[in-house]
Amino acid sequence: MSPASEQRVGQAVRDPQEQVQPLNGGRRAALMAGAGLTIGFFWPGAAKRAHALVNPHLQPGDAAAALADGNPAYAPNAFVRIGLDGSVRLVMPMAEMGQGVYTGSAMLLAEELGVDLDQVQAQHAPPSDELYGMKLLGGQITGGSTSTRSTYTELRQAGAVARTRLVQAAALRWRVDAAACTAVRGAVHHAPSGRQLKFGELALAAAKLPDPKDVRLKPASELRLIGRPMERVDSLEKVKGAAQFGIDVRLPGMKIATVRACPTIGGTLARVNDARARQVKGVVDILRIGNAVAVVADHYWAAKTGLEALEIEWHRGPNSALSTEALFAGLNKAQTSGKSIVAKEQGRRPEGAFVTSTYKMPMLAHATMEPLNATVHFHGGVCEIWAGSQVPVRAVQSAAKLAGLPREKVLLHNQYLGGGFGRRLENDYIDQAVLLAKQVRYPLKVVWSREEDIKHDIVRPPYHDVISAAVDSAGWPHWFGDRICSPSVLGRWMPAGMRADGLDGDAVESAVELPYAIPNFKVEWVPYELPPAMAVGWWRGVGPLHNLFVVESFFDELAHRARKDPVEYRRKLLERNERSRAVLDLAAHRIGWGGRLPARVGRGVAVGQPFGSHICAIVEVEVTPLGEVLLRKAVVAVDCGVAVNVGSIEAQLQGGLLFGLSAALFSQVTLKNGEIQQSNFNDYRVLRLNETPSVDVHIVPSDAEPGGIGELGTAIAAPALTNAIFAATGVRLRELPVNSRALVADPALLKKVGAADLSPDLPSDMSSGLSPAGWPRGMRGKQQGGSA
Amino acid sequence: MTDLRVNGREYQVDVPPDMPLLWVLRDVLGLTGTKFGCGIAQCGACTVHINGTPVRSCVMPASAVDGREVTTIEGVGRTEAGAKVQQAWLAVDVVQCGYCQPGQIMSATALVRENPNPTDDDIDAAMSGNLCRCATYVRIRAAVKQAATGALQARQVIPIQPAGAGAKR
Repeated sequence: MSPASEQRVGQAVRDPQEQVQPLNGGRRAALMAGAGLTIGFFWPGAAKRAHALVNPHLQPGDAAAALADGNPAYAPNAFVRIGLDGSVRLVMPMAEMGQGVYTGSAMLLAEELGVDLDQVQAQHAPPSDELYGMKLLGGQITGGSTSTRSTYTELRQAGAVARTRLVQAAALRWRVDAAACTAVRGAVHHAPSGRQLKFGELALAAAKLPDPKDVRLKPASELRLIGRPMERVDSLEKVKGAAQFGIDVRLPGMKIATVRACPTIGGTLARVNDARARQVKGVVDILRIGNAVAVVADHYWAAKTGLEALEIEWHRGPNSALSTEALFAGLNKAQTSGKSIVAKEQGRRPEGAFVTSTYKMPMLAHATMEPLNATVHFHGGVCEIWAGSQVPVRAVQSAAKLAGLPREKVLLHNQYLGGGFGRRLENDYIDQAVLLAKQVRYPLKVVWSREEDIKHDIVRPPYHDVISAAVDSAGWPHWFGDRICSPSVLGRWMPAGMRADGLDGDAVESAVELPYAIPNFKVEWVPYELPPAMAVGWWRGVGPLHNLFVVESFFDELAHRARKDPVEYRRKLLERNERSRAVLDLAAHRIGWGGRLPARVGRGVAVGQPFGSHICAIVEVEVTPLGEVLLRKAVVAVDCGVAVNVGSIEAQLQGGLLFGLSAALFSQVTLKNGEIQQSNFNDYRVLRLNETPSVDVHIVPSDAEPGGIGELGTAIAAPALTNAIFAATGVRLRELPVNSRALVADPALLKKVGAADLSPDLPSDMSSGLSPAGWPRGMRGKQQGGSA
Repeated sequence: MTDLRVNGREYQVDVPPDMPLLWVLRDVLGLTGTKFGCGIAQCGACTVHINGTPVRSCVMPASAVDGREVTTIEGVGRTEAGAKVQQAWLAVDVVQCGYCQPGQIMSATALVRENPNPTDDDIDAAMSGNLCRCATYVRIRAAVKQAATGALQARQVIPIQPAGAGAKR
């Protein structure tokens, strides 16, 4: 099969989740500063590159790419392919994992090209940093909520480049002024004479015209797609069960394997007795690699049955005594006495009351719905790979090394991802399949069981932070301090992205650039070195997910300490931050902040500006007398700059918020004897439909440059939840996930909170610290009485 | 040999008696729309209908199907309820990564077929066995109601296919 034909997806290109638009220069610096993932490696990644990275114009590699992609009649750049029959294929530089980037990218291209989404077909791009790398991350990497921010203008220009040459070709043929021609629904029209030519009829002539230097983008008044809630381009095939994910790949002669790697982190395979496994009907091969064994069969069931029949001995390696407790003890020690790297410091800590709190966050698994898998076939000196990846170029580089082949002999066909969430920013599952498939001649699909998927996750780092403030007599912070302690994702994943002094920019993101006006601050990071062979990875929300929980919980503490309404307190600190203040006001208004609530019900607010966007979430919970947390409703207000597809923005904020609430309520990975103890959805609990509240999303219209969307809701969820729990119970949670027992541990507090009528009985001495013990339900009248 | 009737077609397969229906569908018959998510009936991605009743095919031995009619996501659109559900899924644009959605649609179809006006509690009962890590639950709830009642729920997206071109929908 030709790479071109098999890379095609869907019948029509369509889908978004992004937004976008004109970048006005002054905001660019701010965008970069809040870019999520990008502080760390925007500069090193992108700046060193000589080549283009998502360039709308013709590039040196384009001719070869188009040839390999069915040699279309007209391929003016890396993104547009038009055939003589008028078919339009659009090449999607970023991976589709649910965030809607195919629709958003297709809308940008189609808008300027002059076609509608029913006329185009989206297809996965081949791996190529040169053609499909994006500027914020400096490569073909889908992550950090950067895709639309990084390609908004470029993809519009790419569509405009393609349209300009088609229009010129028509104008030349008709001997009219190109400016009098328009491109609509796949044809060029000349209104004065009523003539029209279809793109297919113009493709060959357009292909002979030079690449236009400058192109005109449509003014806002002429936009037909951008800004509208378009159906996703992948919706139809996904609804019909026809979309092909990596796990659905089927090739002639293909065999299916399932695998077990050493359950202990860093352990290796000692020996295997496979006598019984070989007797299982359908089992074809038993394959061994350094730390794992795989059973190959005609189908998954035989492979799984065979795997369970193996007698395996492991060398458990250096971590056989590792436990969660030991890991957090190490973090605690580093936090207490480790040497820090100062991320940013301004001014000195003034005299005055000093408030401090300690926060901890657990490791998390990704648990994408599609278990990890990859299909690999070695044939004729080529290694061919089918897998869903957020990092196709990195996957190819790694596979080439393992296969002992030059990179051009490794072909990767990206697939729809059945969830990414950062897990598919790793290529361990592809590496493993390459090492296994290298031993056989047939195409081999390696499918991990759910147990393998969770036990061999590359987990979200644990955190142990100490956050503090110096406040004046009215409770306003004049100095802010955050001492963050964690292992580094970036230091392993892209060491060149670390700041020259060793700072991990991701670890401090959303702590160094607070939305609040606080004159002096110090944010520092203490690196924690993980045990040997243990790695931590990207997880949806990345740095901001962690820091927004700590910072927004702490500012809630400060508000209560100052006896101020949490919305009003933040509002005052946002006096000079119009966009963040606006989303705060909007969310507060929409939920009716300040209204009276039943006993054991509370609302929590959180504000942030990660990923170049501004967001406020307010969550309302009820906490039962048994400590069960019920989500009642949530309101989200967002200013993400120009909106490409408002339907997708709403979807990402709904799903993203719930993803974050799910983790905060239920999820943690724990270690015992060097093994991850969780294994499936029975013990790695995630949110279900019956636990889901309404989530109302309100979008602030904006023509500012686009901000990120995919991780926004996730990153703001946890503090809104725990602030709501505090409002409902008086218990401040400084560790995740939510500990139900802690919510009902204090009988006196429980009694007070459960009282139906809440008379305000504020503690007489509010300066006695931030202990939650005296904080009561009586606060509620005050806390929610503010008018926002 | 095991006889199966799937989406109206007859198959005879030579598989172990304990082999779950899921793997027969995916790896033997090539019907990959039904998904593997957990293998222990915790996530619902593998949901199919047996004589119209939703079951988790990852724990259902193919030999136990015993001549009853199996309907998968590939065939459910040919039923009245299935078509309504798929149409509502498109109109509300439920899907994100899409991996769990075949299972969601199978569970929703069984509900909608039996219940023309499901309450939130009915939807909770029918749909809470289907996990979605993208957490598309808000739109799932809306789409189930829309499919059942025909009344528009939530935001409707602009369809890609222009009016009159809906043959394949």
